[in-house]
Amino acid sequence: MKKQALSDRRKFILNMARGVGLATMGGFIWSAYVDEVTASSLMLRPPGALVESDFLKTCIKCGLCVEACPYDTLMLAKPGDNKPLGTPYFVPRDMPCYMCPDIPCVPVCPTGALDESSVTTNGVLDINVADMGLAVVDEESCIAFWGIQCDACYRACPILGEAITIEYQKNERTGKHAFMKPIVHSDACTGCGMCERACVTEKPAIFILPRENAMGKAGDYYIKGWDKEDERRLENAKEIKTTTKISEKSAIDSLNGSLEDLY
Amino acid sequence: MVRLWNSYRYLFMRRFTQIILLVLYFGANAWGWTLIQGNLSSSLILGVIPMSDPYAALQMLFAGATLATDLLIGVGVATAFYFLIGGRAFCSWVCPINMVTDFAAFVRELIGMNRLTGIKQPASRNLRYWVLALSLVISAIMGVTAFEFISPISMVHRGIVFGMGFGWAAVVIIFLFDLFVLKNGWCGHICPLGGFYSLLSKFSLIRVTHLEENCTLCMKCKVVCPENQVLHMIGKKSLPVLSGECTNCARCIEVCDDDALEFSIRSMAQNKKTGE
Repeated sequence: MKKQALSDRRKFILNMARGVGLATMGGFIWSAYVDEVTASSLMLRPPGALVESDFLKTCIKCGLCVEACPYDTLMLAKPGDNKPLGTPYFVPRDMPCYMCPDIPCVPVCPTGALDESSVTTNGVLDINVADMGLAVVDEESCIAFWGIQCDACYRACPILGEAITIEYQKNERTGKHAFMKPIVHSDACTGCGMCERACVTEKPAIFILPRENAMGKAGDYYIKGWDKEDERRLENAKEIKTTTKISEKSAIDSLNGSLEDLY
Repeated sequence: MVRLWNSYRYLFMRRFTQIILLVLYFGANAWGWTLIQGNLSSSLILGVIPMSDPYAALQMLFAGATLATDLLIGVGVATAFYFLIGGRAFCSWVCPINMVTDFAAFVRELIGMNRLTGIKQPASRNLRYWVLALSLVISAIMGVTAFEFISPISMVHRGIVFGMGFGWAAVVIIFLFDLFVLKNGWCGHICPLGGFYSLLSKFSLIRVTHLEENCTLCMKCKVVCPENQVLHMIGKKSLPVLSGECTNCARCIEVCDDDALEFSIRSMAQNKKTGE
């Protein structure tokens, strides 16, 4: 077959087609990869971090927070860590957040991915309002729930007596001892992880999860009727109307409709 | 010794800048030095002056992030800096990957890969602008900074400063790609950051200028240049290199035995052209 010289127009179309093919392939592979590496939701972020989806687009991965941290708490995710690459996180069991009152890691953030205003009360930096996560107690492996006396997490808690309290309960098994159960209060807990660090069990029985993962949500249909504040949430509640075959007729007609079959 | 200095002076200076920056960044994390903190994505110089990667900020903008004031100042500083000294001076004087790709290019020449593959390159150098555009599209669709999550530049630089992990794999990939697949493949064809700085460089002040009357047409400059399409005027016309793709690495200046290439300030270079 004789090889024909391509006309400019054909060459242009061919090049365009190649470009489209390459861009589509590259674009999808790239998107899939990015989607995959940003999917890890069990990351504990430095104090003041924006919600994860905003954090991922705002963090420039410069590591200034890591360098500002005086305790080697913060790390940047490395390739192979299976965490969103280059973003700061901490592992409380290895090194918790020691809740510095001046929060050095937050003001250095150049992009506002660590939001100063979220850790400020009345114009002053306040680490106690930080929300890095929430401590969760596994009652099966916590030895205090077995009846063995341990209050390591309670003692380690920097907001002692507020974020973790000890609940006393009679130990019916022995009849003369007490359970001293650690109870975490989600409104006070900052997720610093000092409790997880202090926990004496082989694998910590109290551990920090991102609040998103640690908490459920009652939604607007269940209201504490005895609580004036909580009742306000009713304003958000909306009706959901489902339509099925039965709901074509009114409820009474629908219920009475099949009565003929009885006679 | 003088000869060695003459033919490698800029190379020495570039390696010195690249390595000293790595040392300073590393020291900032390891020993708390405050000369320059952070990394190439965003730095803090002397604890005061911010400097941020404008391309990363652009991706953030496309991803829908709110750009903070500090970031905008940092972007302004970096943009002004590279506007003055030539945008892709980042590529040849700062970027750590440059050492990898320069080494790959050196080995490639050494083992004769270039003679095997011939002069024609199988890919267009405009590819980087497509990658650049694609990165912005993906940033917008996925709502994350697309290139920042795959960038081998920040991966390696962050790796050196904060701990490498599997980041060395990026170095190996780029080295082998440049060595066996495509000459100047990463820096000269694909890297969107280089593409971004190429666009920025269009207007920058420091330029390499060719003096045709001194040229003996030895073409050493074209052989050594990683972006040799920018040297189209060699032996033809006394012109400054106006393409933004020139990295101001100055290898052409130092390999030239006839003083036919030199650095100049843009406006002066243009005046020379018109004979004023």
